Amino acid sequence: MYHYNDFDKAFLAERNRQFRAQVERRVAGNLTEEEFRPLRLMNGLYLQLHAYMLRVAIPYGSLSSAQMDTLALLAEKWDKGYGHFTTRQNIQYNWPKLTDVPDMLDALGKVGMHAIQTSGNTIRNVTADHFAGAAADELEDPRPVAELIRQWSTDHPEFQFMGRKFKIAVSAGAQDRAVLKAHDLAVRIVKNDAGGIGYQILVGGGLGRTPMVGKILNDFLPREDLLPYIESTVSVWNQIGRRDNKYKARIKITVHETGLEEFRAKVEERYESVRPTFSGIDQDLFEDIKAHFAPPAFRNAPTVEFDSAYDANPLFRSWVDTNLTTHRAPGYSVVTVSLKKHGETPGDATADQMRALAQIARDYGHDELRISHEQNVILPHVHKSDLPAVYAALREADLHTANIGLISDIIACPGMDYCALATARAIPVAQQIATRFDELKLEHDIGHLQIKISGCINACGHHHVGHIGILGLDRAGVENYQITLGGDATWNAEIGQRAGPGFAYDEIVPAIERLVNGYLELREGPEETFLVAYRRLGLAPFKAHLYPETQANAA
Amino acid sequence: MPRAFTPKVITANALIEGDVIYFTKDDTWTRDLACAEYLTDEAHAQLRLLDAEQQVDLVVGAYLADTTEGENGLEPTHFREEFRRTGPSNYFHGKQADSKQQDGQAA
Repeated sequence: MYHYNDFDKAFLAERNRQFRAQVERRVAGNLTEEEFRPLRLMNGLYLQLHAYMLRVAIPYGSLSSAQMDTLALLAEKWDKGYGHFTTRQNIQYNWPKLTDVPDMLDALGKVGMHAIQTSGNTIRNVTADHFAGAAADELEDPRPVAELIRQWSTDHPEFQFMGRKFKIAVSAGAQDRAVLKAHDLAVRIVKNDAGGIGYQILVGGGLGRTPMVGKILNDFLPREDLLPYIESTVSVWNQIGRRDNKYKARIKITVHETGLEEFRAKVEERYESVRPTFSGIDQDLFEDIKAHFAPPAFRNAPTVEFDSAYDANPLFRSWVDTNLTTHRAPGYSVVTVSLKKHGETPGDATADQMRALAQIARDYGHDELRISHEQNVILPHVHKSDLPAVYAALREADLHTANIGLISDIIACPGMDYCALATARAIPVAQQIATRFDELKLEHDIGHLQIKISGCINACGHHHVGHIGILGLDRAGVENYQITLGGDATWNAEIGQRAGPGFAYDEIVPAIERLVNGYLELREGPEETFLVAYRRLGLAPFKAHLYPETQANAA
Repeated sequence: MPRAFTPKVITANALIEGDVIYFTKDDTWTRDLACAEYLTDEAHAQLRLLDAEQQVDLVVGAYLADTTEGENGLEPTHFREEFRRTGPSNYFHGKQADSKQQDGQAA
C-alpha cells in the first residue's frame, strides 16, 4: 500500500482548506453556481437528482483496513449509512449536505484519501487489475505503475482543462481483469523476447455513445519511457482533440478520425520534445513507490482446517468453488466478496459491512482490500487455513453470497434512481433479474454469464461489453430497455450486438429469462458458456427466443 | 407551428441540502409539489423562472418541469420528475421517507 509522505499530506490539507473556503464563499453568496460548479467538480462533488453526490477515489481499487473504516465513518456520519462502489473502483455517497463535504474530505485526508479528479475534464482515478499483487498469472504488481501515473497526473498543469475526461487503466495479468480495451489509454505490463519487462500502450478504447475497442499504440516501451510517452499521447490529444462537440471529444474519436498511424506519428513527434524534460526523477520516484508495495510476509501453514470444512459444509464448499481465485503464493487464495446479494443493490455496502470487511482484512488478510470494477470487494491475500473463519465472519455480515461470475453478479450503474444524466433505472432491473434466477435455482447451472446494465448511453454500467448488455432509455416518456449480446470485457474485447427492439420496464426480466432458457437449450453442454455458445451460433437463434411473437408471425 | 404550452412548475435543488424543491406563489420554496405554483401561462412561467433564478443563494439549477393537475393535486408528467418527487426505488430514502417523517411529526 502506498503511504502518504509529508508532501502528499500537506498538498491534500491545502486542497481541502481551499475547498472549505470555496464552499463558504458559495454559501455566503460570494460565488455564483457557475463559478462554484467547476470547483466542486474538481473535488468530486456532483449534484444529482435527490441530493449532492460525493465520489471518492480509491486509486487502483486498493484500500487498507483503516481506509475502509473511514469509508464506513463517512457513510454513517454524513450519509444514510451506506456507500456505492462503482465500475471505476470509486465509492459514491448519495446524500451528503454541501456544508458537510469539507469535513468529509478532511476525514478522508487523515487516511490518505481524497476526491480529487474523480470528475471534470482531467485525468481521472487510475484503475487497475483488482487482483494486483495476488494473481497467479501476473508478471508483476501493476500498482506501482498506477501510483506513479496517479502522482504524475494529479494537478498536472497541462491536463486540468482538457476537452473531455481521460481514463487510464493498468494491468499485468495474462488475463485482462481491468477492461483495458475500454479505456482512453491502457498500460499493459509485458515481457519482450529478450525477457525485459516493459509496457504495451493501448489507446482509443471507450464505451458510451460511440463504443470502440482500444488499439495498440506502442507495442513495447522501456520502463523509463512510460511517463514521457503517456504525457506525449495526452498532450497530442489535448491539442488536436475536438472541442466543438462534446460527443466527439474523447481520444477514441481523435484516433478514429486521425487514423492510428498518423496519431502515432504525432505522438512520436511530440515525444521528441517531451522526453528530454524527464530527467529521471520519475524513475527515482518509481523505485520509492515500489518499496511501498512489497508483498506481505506469506506464511507456510497446513491447510487441514480448510480441507475438513470443505468436505463437511456444502455451503462453504459452494462459496469456495464460486468466489475464490488462485493466488500466486502456495496455500493462499484470492477471495472475492460479493456485493450482489440477490435482490440487493449491486455495489452497495452498509457502514457495518464495511467495518466487518476491514476487520476481516485486519485479522486474516494482511490488512488489504480491493474494489473491483465489477463492484465487488476483494480480500487479496487469505491463507487457506483462515478461509472457514473468513466465511463465518462474512456470513455474520451477510456478505457470503456465492455468485461471482454468475448471472446475479450484475454490474449496474445508479441509473435514474440517483443519476441526473440517466434516462431509465438500472438498479431495480438488476435486483429483479437476480431475484428471479435465485428463485429458479438455475444460476450455477447457467454458469459464467455477465449481465451489465447502464441507465443511459454513457455506459457507466459497461453494457456494451456484457455477455448480455442492457441499456435503459427514455422512449417517448417511458422507460425502455435495449439488449445487446456477445459483448466481452476481456483481452478479446468485443462490443455486443443489438438484439432488436427494446423492452418495456415490466417486460425486460421475462425477456432475459427467455434468452437464458434459450441458451440452456442451445448449448452443447454445461462447459459451453453463454458467450462461447453465442460465438458459435450467432445472433439469430438467441433472437428467436427473445422475440417469439415475431417468429410466430413470420411463420 | 410552435408547440402548445403545457402547464409547469418551477423546480430546483436546494443549495445546502441538494434536495428537490419547488417555487411557490409567494417567492418561497417548498419541498412538497402540492404547494408549488402551478403555471398555465407561458409568458408568466418565463417571468416566474426569472424570479426563481434570482435566489442564487438558496437554489441550484431552477427549471420549468411539466406538471398536470390530477385527482390528487399536482403531478409530474414525466417519470424523471416522479422520481425526483418521490426518491429512489431501491431504498425508502429521499422525499418518500422525509414526508412520512413530517407526517409523523404532525400527528
